[in-house]
Amino acid sequence: MGEAFTLLGFGPEGWGHALLTAGLTTLAVSACAFACGLVLGTLCAWAKIAGPPVLRRAADIYGVVLRGIPDLLVIYLFYFGGRQLVTTIANQFGHTGPVEISGFVAGSLAIGLISGAAQAEVLRGAFHAIPPGTLEAARVTGMRRWTMFRRIIAPQALRTALPGLGNQWQSVIKESALVSVTGLVETLRAVSVAANSTELPFLFFLAGGAIYLAITTVSGLVFRIAEWRAMRGQPAMRVGG
Amino acid sequence: MDLAFIAEVFPKLLAGLPLTLSLAVLSLSGGAVLALMLSGLRASSWLGAQFANFYVYIFRGTPLLIQIFLIYYGLAQFPALRHSLLWPLLREPYVCAVLALMLNDAAYTSEILRGGLRAVSSGAIEAAKVAGMSRPTMLRRIVLPLAFRQALPAYGAEVTSMVKATSLASVVTLMEVTGLARAEVSQSYRAIEVFLCAAVIYLVLVTLITRLVHWLEARLSTHRSPALDRSPA
Repeated sequence: MGEAFTLLGFGPEGWGHALLTAGLTTLAVSACAFACGLVLGTLCAWAKIAGPPVLRRAADIYGVVLRGIPDLLVIYLFYFGGRQLVTTIANQFGHTGPVEISGFVAGSLAIGLISGAAQAEVLRGAFHAIPPGTLEAARVTGMRRWTMFRRIIAPQALRTALPGLGNQWQSVIKESALVSVTGLVETLRAVSVAANSTELPFLFFLAGGAIYLAITTVSGLVFRIAEWRAMRGQPAMRVGG
Repeated sequence: MDLAFIAEVFPKLLAGLPLTLSLAVLSLSGGAVLALMLSGLRASSWLGAQFANFYVYIFRGTPLLIQIFLIYYGLAQFPALRHSLLWPLLREPYVCAVLALMLNDAAYTSEILRGGLRAVSSGAIEAAKVAGMSRPTMLRRIVLPLAFRQALPAYGAEVTSMVKATSLASVVTLMEVTGLARAEVSQSYRAIEVFLCAAVIYLVLVTLITRLVHWLEARLSTHRSPALDRSPA
């Protein structure tokens, strides 16, 4: 037991620093991926609600395709496929040999793409929950589209979307573990390395699990507080909304 | 795009489909049984409910990949286990992958089941009680069918997500569709073509399952169909 504490601690023998850095990397990848997803999701939600038919169709296809492919495969496609693409292009310009691409960038983009498909649905649902009267009122008072989006649509939709976006953030954190296949030293990769060199795999994978659990638990709390704050001054929650 | 290459790769990847399907079917059925047990535990006592909640919290709060690693690599840390009769089984990547997928699926499925059970109206239960049904009969005839119908859309999503999750078994050396694709890429270095082929296989599989679930939903809600609405009550 004492040995376990030394190994997981911050002393010279301990892996504490490595695991802490790795945990922060997990957070960074997740944050980038979530942001990508939010941008993509917003664009797709807009395309589905008010876009021209071509874009609406494209957004639908994007959703169906991304929901039908394993996350691991999407990451492989971005990482290895991206490397193949970049190498081919670089070779055209006289560069020889393979070009390495960043696991962080490929991983964030891949998970962002996956999450974007789901976030689009969350945001679209939230838009439809906006009382139509407020939109009409905004139109009647002569608001321009951007003002209306900023003042009327976004605040109301985000409030309804918060729980769904919270769920998405949780999935993004868990999906970020898959980025370890690119060699990026995030939590899962770090505990794998530690498990190998100490020959204590159970201890370190358990520690890794605890790190993810800590992240998901704390962010769950943060989202719950945010939801509570967003609901202040609202009439009692509509059941089933 | 090199069509000849794709025509060559596609059958190679399809060879992994039986393994993908067997992983999915085994872990889904095992997960369903475990989920029912968790629901029973939740209904049995306060302590049982706490355990079920804790189980769900742990398995939903950590990535599936770390659960697979914990079972596949982690268990080897214990000499007692390595010398036990179970070891020949627990050493197998197939067994470990199914075990992890199953335990993970149980957590999600029990939550879906909980939602379904909550949606069973108290009126239906009262009616069953008044008609003199025993508890097991009521469960079998009234509660579970209603809960199942209610939970079907969410469960359909869980089925497809498990089919996709089987791709993680490739990380512990299993040669299912993703594993074969990975091996093919390390030989041919044509990542885009190979992984896109694999993606198409999963996409078709998931689309078929989604269709099946929609069909089942429509079949199980004939009472809501417009044709019946018009008939006199």
